[in-house]
Amino acid sequence: MTIKGKAYIAGAYEHPTRLAKDKSVAQLHAESALGALRDAGLTKDDVDGYFCAGDAPGLGPLAMADYMNLTLRHLDSTDVGGCSYIAHVAHAAEAIAMGKCRVALITLAGRPRSEGHSGAVPRVRGADAPDTQWEFPTGIATVNAYAMCAARHMHQYGTTSEQLAWIKVAASHHAQHNPHAMLRDVVTVEQVVDSPLIATPLHRLDCCVVSDGGGALVVVSPEIARSLKRPLVKVLGAGESMKGQMGGEVDLTYSAAVRSGPAAFAEAGVKPTDIKYASIYDSFTITVLMQIEDLGFCEKGQGGKFVADGNLISGTGKLPFNTDGGGLCNNHPANRGGITKVIEAVRQLRGEAHPAVQVRSCDIALVHGTGGLLGSRHGAATLIMERE
Amino acid sequence: MAKERAIPAPLTNPETEPFWAAAREGKFLIRACTECGKAHWYPRAICPHCMSEKTEWREASGRGTIYSVSVMKRAPEVYAVAYVTLEEGPTMMTNIVECDFDRVAIGDRVVVTWRPTQGDGPPYPQFRPA
Repeated sequence: MTIKGKAYIAGAYEHPTRLAKDKSVAQLHAESALGALRDAGLTKDDVDGYFCAGDAPGLGPLAMADYMNLTLRHLDSTDVGGCSYIAHVAHAAEAIAMGKCRVALITLAGRPRSEGHSGAVPRVRGADAPDTQWEFPTGIATVNAYAMCAARHMHQYGTTSEQLAWIKVAASHHAQHNPHAMLRDVVTVEQVVDSPLIATPLHRLDCCVVSDGGGALVVVSPEIARSLKRPLVKVLGAGESMKGQMGGEVDLTYSAAVRSGPAAFAEAGVKPTDIKYASIYDSFTITVLMQIEDLGFCEKGQGGKFVADGNLISGTGKLPFNTDGGGLCNNHPANRGGITKVIEAVRQLRGEAHPAVQVRSCDIALVHGTGGLLGSRHGAATLIMERE
Repeated sequence: MAKERAIPAPLTNPETEPFWAAAREGKFLIRACTECGKAHWYPRAICPHCMSEKTEWREASGRGTIYSVSVMKRAPEVYAVAYVTLEEGPTMMTNIVECDFDRVAIGDRVVVTWRPTQGDGPPYPQFRPA
């Protein structure tokens, strides 16, 4: 059994807002859904499968499905943090392959910017979670969990702040062409390492933006995809995993991408060298570096050298990444960047990215995300797609 | 000494109550498995290494080494979040206190120290330079 070729992404929509003081979260979900359905050339009455995660208001998918008045035969609210929506594409493909639905809608939305939520403020991820009593008292904020990975990577492999800065520099080169991006100024390595330290060793410009917004995807069966007017973006393979503290055998130098990546490549039947464009989750610069290593784009420990000198910049680098500006410069709606990663990969495969960043002959793209906290426990989802 | 951050009280439960009761007496317990012989962190009734129910509390030395550390600069009171590898084996998330935040580093030897928590919460285990 495989999902290879069993489903297509027919609709993709990124909500243009980055500050939504005058909208509700449910409204942002529904506006995003409408955008993706219009993009596909479908209506809500075509939808028979619905996927959402923890950002959706209410109990699982029930409240949002009712708000949009959907009639469903398949529901899934898998929540593994920011990479949930990448996993949802795979789960939708599985459901479609099994005949459980034919048109799957995936939505994400949130207002962390309006509500003042940032990754520099400690927050409880489930008061009843078994780890909370041991870890919340430390005052760990999202940024600390990633910073400890960076510190260990630097210690073990000699990775430098300047190398990490190149990831932000590349994202900024892409964001200058995106009129919706929050940060459109091109920055230099010096500007990144001279920006204020937030949590050592990470600087302000190593961190993603905090934005309101949303996004949605429509995943459909091959028959429906061929009946629509949009370019055919086919699901080739997917993988997912998670990694925690292993009972105290903590190793911060690698992510669960070491498992989700090979699974996705095997199902897709492609290699890292076949990937023309990659959307790589960029909550922080270190997130990108570790995932690039773990996905096999370079040897473990060599990520610093790999990302340096513009190697991630479209048009000049070997691995063009996050050509919308990513979470680092464009958008990180609901503090969850998974869906925007899929959306930009779809744009690239369709040839609809901004001309300045469009990868030539972009036939195979990879999307990878991390959810939760890289430095304590995190989910991972990898998706490989092809332009047919 | 710089003003220290107020520490939220850990929300204890029946599975972990003995740890926090011992903490009130200044004893640092870890949980270990008599089936596979390994200690683990955070403490659980079921061994995360072999899933045996034969686990027990053991008093730990309270000594360890910093595995990784991040100093939080964007807060009213600067503090350090760290992973410390205990002499008994497991690595635990904690804070480093009573240290020079500009010099605290991976590999530093540290020893447990207890800090009061908000309300009438049990003391919380942190580490200071040994």
